Amino acid sequence: MDKRFARQTRKFHQAKWDEEIIFELHNPGERGVMVPAVEKGISDRVGDGLSSLPASLRRDTAPSLPEVGQMRVLKHFLRLSQQTLGADLNIDIGQGTCTIKYNPKINKHLAGLPQVTEIHPWQDESTVQGALEITNNLDTYLRAISGLDYFSFQPPSGSAAIFTMASIVEKYHRVRGEQDQRDEIITTIFSHPSDYSAVAVKGYKVINLQQNEDGLPDLDALKAAVSERTAALFITNPEDTGIFNPLIREFTRVVHEAGALCCYDQANANGVLGITRAREADFDMCFFNLHKTFSTPHGCGGPGTGAIGVTAELRDYMPVPLVVKSDDGYQLDYDLPHTIGKVRSFYGIFPVILKAYCWVRAMGARGLLEAARVAVLNNNYLLNRIRQIRGASAPYAEGCHRIEQVRYSWEQLTDETGVGTEDVTARMADFGFHLWSSHHPFVVPEPFTIEPTESYSKLELDEYLSGLEQISNEAYNKPELVTAAPHNSVIHRVDHSTLDDPEKWAITWRSFLKKRPGEQLDRKGK
Amino acid sequence: MSSGPTIGVLVNPIAGMGGRVGLKGTDGPDILARARVLGAVPVAGLRAQITLKELAAKIQGLQVKSPPGDMGESVVREVGLEPEIVGTSRYKSTTSEDTIRLARQLADEGVDLLLFAGGDGTARDMVSAIGGNQPVLGIPAGVKIHSAVYAKTPLSAAALAKRFLNGGGRNCQDAEVLDIDENNYRQGRLNTRLYGYLKIPADRRLTQGLKAGSPASDRSDQQGIAEAVAADFDREYSYIIGPGSTTNAILNYLGLPATLLGVDLLHSQQIVECDLNESELLESTAGKNVKIIVTPIGGQGFIFGRGNQQISPAILRQVGKDNLMVIATKRKILDLKGRSLLIDTGDTELDHQMAGYYKIITSYNDRIVYKVECG
Repeated sequence: MDKRFARQTRKFHQAKWDEEIIFELHNPGERGVMVPAVEKGISDRVGDGLSSLPASLRRDTAPSLPEVGQMRVLKHFLRLSQQTLGADLNIDIGQGTCTIKYNPKINKHLAGLPQVTEIHPWQDESTVQGALEITNNLDTYLRAISGLDYFSFQPPSGSAAIFTMASIVEKYHRVRGEQDQRDEIITTIFSHPSDYSAVAVKGYKVINLQQNEDGLPDLDALKAAVSERTAALFITNPEDTGIFNPLIREFTRVVHEAGALCCYDQANANGVLGITRAREADFDMCFFNLHKTFSTPHGCGGPGTGAIGVTAELRDYMPVPLVVKSDDGYQLDYDLPHTIGKVRSFYGIFPVILKAYCWVRAMGARGLLEAARVAVLNNNYLLNRIRQIRGASAPYAEGCHRIEQVRYSWEQLTDETGVGTEDVTARMADFGFHLWSSHHPFVVPEPFTIEPTESYSKLELDEYLSGLEQISNEAYNKPELVTAAPHNSVIHRVDHSTLDDPEKWAITWRSFLKKRPGEQLDRKGK
Repeated sequence: MSSGPTIGVLVNPIAGMGGRVGLKGTDGPDILARARVLGAVPVAGLRAQITLKELAAKIQGLQVKSPPGDMGESVVREVGLEPEIVGTSRYKSTTSEDTIRLARQLADEGVDLLLFAGGDGTARDMVSAIGGNQPVLGIPAGVKIHSAVYAKTPLSAAALAKRFLNGGGRNCQDAEVLDIDENNYRQGRLNTRLYGYLKIPADRRLTQGLKAGSPASDRSDQQGIAEAVAADFDREYSYIIGPGSTTNAILNYLGLPATLLGVDLLHSQQIVECDLNESELLESTAGKNVKIIVTPIGGQGFIFGRGNQQISPAILRQVGKDNLMVIATKRKILDLKGRSLLIDTGDTELDHQMAGYYKIITSYNDRIVYKVECG
């Protein structure tokens, strides 16, 4: 085995196409597919296909979609794909909190079988028994992993699962007549930011707990925070710092004594699979992101699944339908007296459920435990090595091990060389590495968050480390090399400050043209 | 010469001279003379050099405008740049008036960022000179640095300035200018006043993020706080509103005239009186149900004892801990980096009573439970 790259970075260069936006490829009349004219026999039977629609549903003008030939479209998207650094190309451990691991390709092929792609959620239960069985089986696996009693796969993401938990919290207190009184949800600064934002969307007042010197949420602050107004606690453990809160049962006790519910964000459970469970920590609810811990692809923003689990006491509040097993096979159960209704159509995204099911089956109980152990081992190996890199540090819990990720800091590097985390991020791209820039809520100065999961070999971890080490050396010896980076990547620095300015937001081409009228001409003229 | 961004450089050459000789500041010619007798040497120019050297190396085609001599020119030349001279200055007898006059001239000349080296006294002069529209940034060189307009170190001033000048957004945030009365300070009494606000480059490293809030969301958090407070106004109570831009936002939201730097009294969402001192506050609130709304002033996180001494121990005892509402944007809290908020009323027993956890109002429907300790 060639171990060169355990000590040095690669001679990498990203493809750069200077590719147009698809709308700029628009050429009136160009077509991907020439649809043949409708034959007379057909139009005799069904008419023109349009006039049967009510006038109010018919549009007067065609949508202004880009008109582009098929081959050019293919080229367009392949070029864009070459300008990205996906998990299947780079050593994707620099995306802490995202739990990037290998998504076995065999599972993708299985999800592409006609038995999966050709079924429809409106089909009669009796005709989709296999899909329901797989869904129900995955439910039972997650019960064993969490210790909770029932799971739903309806929420399509982690934030949707948090929103679902908040909806159950709201309904629970409403049924008890306490909804108006209990309008506060407590979370912690280092819980995942969605625990803050998704409950805020539900209308709750959010009470944040500050971390103490050890980086743990402050139990005394929790005691000061709970009251008859508390609806629930939403918390991540380990938090985004990778520090496990050993007092978690104290937290749930204090919250339960105040008459509130305890909700566990286990979107990323990668470090605790088979080691700790929501049940033993006295949580009433939890959720797992199948697209994180259970190895289904993130898919650039979906589809994912935030599988939500509850104790038996809360089953009646779950979204409908639940997939249940009886002597007659598998059915959809809509009969939940206090159900919050639906958070998404049907009973889950079946291809995602299938991929997670396959992964769990392939791993087995011992394999899941082994995945957690290897992930934790990988993380602590990196922690030990990164602490030795000049200018890097791991704030909080000095000298302690972490679980599955660590939020590090380049504060010292920045103070001593002027090179900040943004610069390091840009320079890592020169070696074909991704080090992302999201570390909410930016409490740690010059942050970077590394989460190696179980998928990466020691050799790959060493290669990534060699990139970080090289950049530290460059920062101290030739800082302009880092501050001018990237040199081998597709684009130069992106100025994010425009994201703070609503005047400059353009999430559609139409709003882009509206806000920047001269822009299209400029781009064409260049 | 390629044309890059333009900065103004203004050095208060006497700032910081009192520090090493134990004089706690150099406000006024007598103290300065004493500092010189005690062997004080100029430090502000050296501090400014560190910042400028770094900026000159990092920004291509950097243009500099500065006053002649010690107040800028010599520092700029020292790092190998050619300044465009603005105004006139006198040799070794710089006064507050010089700082104000030259700062105003530099701002009028048009600079992207005005860097000034000094201490709290210099920052006060900047407030008098240019108010809140010109982006400025302080290079810490003075003995007293209570004001939030200063970077942590000369190097971090360079980093912040570089980010601002090279960035497309050029986002700013309001930062407080505080100063203490040097006479009192020399006699061991700390009496801080809030003198105003200056616009400084926003530190995106700490402010970018969903929870932490951007400069834009810092402003919207102030709006959110105002809405939260207004929604819960209790007509049975009078409200003492402390100084600061965050408390000021409440009065703006209610469409009321406000004193940014003073203490106002409200009842039923109407102004009872503006800019009250301690005895006026005691008189106006005697026998009434009262709540106090305060925001931490300055970078060190004091909720009492800095810039709002009008709200005295006597008033705090009368109002009580349960009627104290603390408001602050998330940025302000996160900038403390975990350090507790502080209280220093001058009455140690009261400080101990008031210490503990508070639910700080950080935006609409948003609170942070935070520890307040004796400062």
